[in-house]
Amino acid sequence: MGLTGKCAVVTGASRGIGRAIALELASQGAKIVVNYSGSAQHAQNVVEEIQAHGGQAIAVQANVADTDSVQQLMKTAMDTFGSIDILVNNAGITRDNLLMRMKDDEWDDVINTNLKGVFLCTKAVTRQMMKQRAGRIINISSIVGVAGNAGQANYVAAKAGVIGLTKTTAQELASRNILVNAVAPGFITTEMTDGLPADLKDAMLKQIPLAKLGQPEDVAKAVAFFASNNANYITGQTLHIDGGMVMV
Amino acid sequence: MSTVIERVSKVIIDRLGVDESEVKAEASFRDDLGADSLDVVELVMELEDEFDMEISDEDAEKIATVGDAISYIEKKIS
Ligand SMILES: NC(=O)c1ccc[n+]([C@@H]2O[C@H](COP(=O)([O-])OP(=O)(O)OC[C@H]3O[C@@H](n4cnc5c(N)ncnc54)[C@H](OP(=O)(O)O)[C@@H]3O)[C@@H](O)[C@H]2O)c1
Repeated sequence: MGLTGKCAVVTGASRGIGRAIALELASQGAKIVVNYSGSAQHAQNVVEEIQAHGGQAIAVQANVADTDSVQQLMKTAMDTFGSIDILVNNAGITRDNLLMRMKDDEWDDVINTNLKGVFLCTKAVTRQMMKQRAGRIINISSIVGVAGNAGQANYVAAKAGVIGLTKTTAQELASRNILVNAVAPGFITTEMTDGLPADLKDAMLKQIPLAKLGQPEDVAKAVAFFASNNANYITGQTLHIDGGMVMV
Repeated sequence: MSTVIERVSKVIIDRLGVDESEVKAEASFRDDLGADSLDVVELVMELEDEFDMEISDEDAEKIATVGDAISYIEKKIS
């Protein structure tokens, strides 16, 4: 299998897209660190599902927005599996509001988890990846980070920031064979989107050429591609996984 | 038991692929030994491993020459 022996840290892997990424990478042979913030039981379920298929995984609680917590996460990964070959920065939250009504803490929470979290996790693995002279970092941005979206100033700013961070990190680390790419999902069915009102979902469907929502697995397959040897000559790119919503 | 100077020199020679004769105290990693900024970061990482110590980012930024590295480490382990 393509990722046999590799260790992958997937942040926010207890639910939704992160969970699908963890399962997909595991199905290709990778050993998985299933990070979560609060849902210990969900994370444990993911670990057990991987183990049931003969894979290796551990669940590790850590807040990606906190430096010490992230250090501890990566240390646990190293102590358990002995390398960190793949980092998937997936953990993310939304605190939607109109710009005019957005509170400082709504802004700060989203920037800290969705943007600073990517910075902290990336910084924490680069030392090990530089030593290995190999590594893959895949950041989960969002199509709204490319196109903008009314009511999500904080989230869009963070996700656009992730794309810029992806390009810069790719440039800084290319000489050490560390490849850094992003995926920008469109409208994917998870708990994050389940809560949206039906009329809003209908309106969004009209903007999707493929006329359906995406599945977490659609994102997971693309992440697995970037993590694999099939993507050896690709770095600094952002792949849209959005049913054709945004074409640029 | 090798001296600090010998151990530091060995790390530099291995990491930067330079000749022993180039590794003089006044030699600058970037200007004389052909290191880029990432090489210097890596060099500091390897010195941390070699001497089993932590070098803060602040201190690391001040290490620019072979002599800087040697005197920093000598001070820290004495
Ligand atoms: N769903 C979509 O349509 C869509 C579209 C574009 C982009 N995305 C992006 O895809 C990623 C995953 O989204 P999703 O829809 O799968 O979300 P989700 O179902 O709400 O899951 C979010 C995950 O992130 C974790 N998390 C949240 N804050 C964290 C923190 N501070 N530290 C560590 N983990 C944290 C959660 O852990 P707990 O379970 O412990 O809370 C959970 O595992 C996010 O970056 C999101 O922005 C999603």
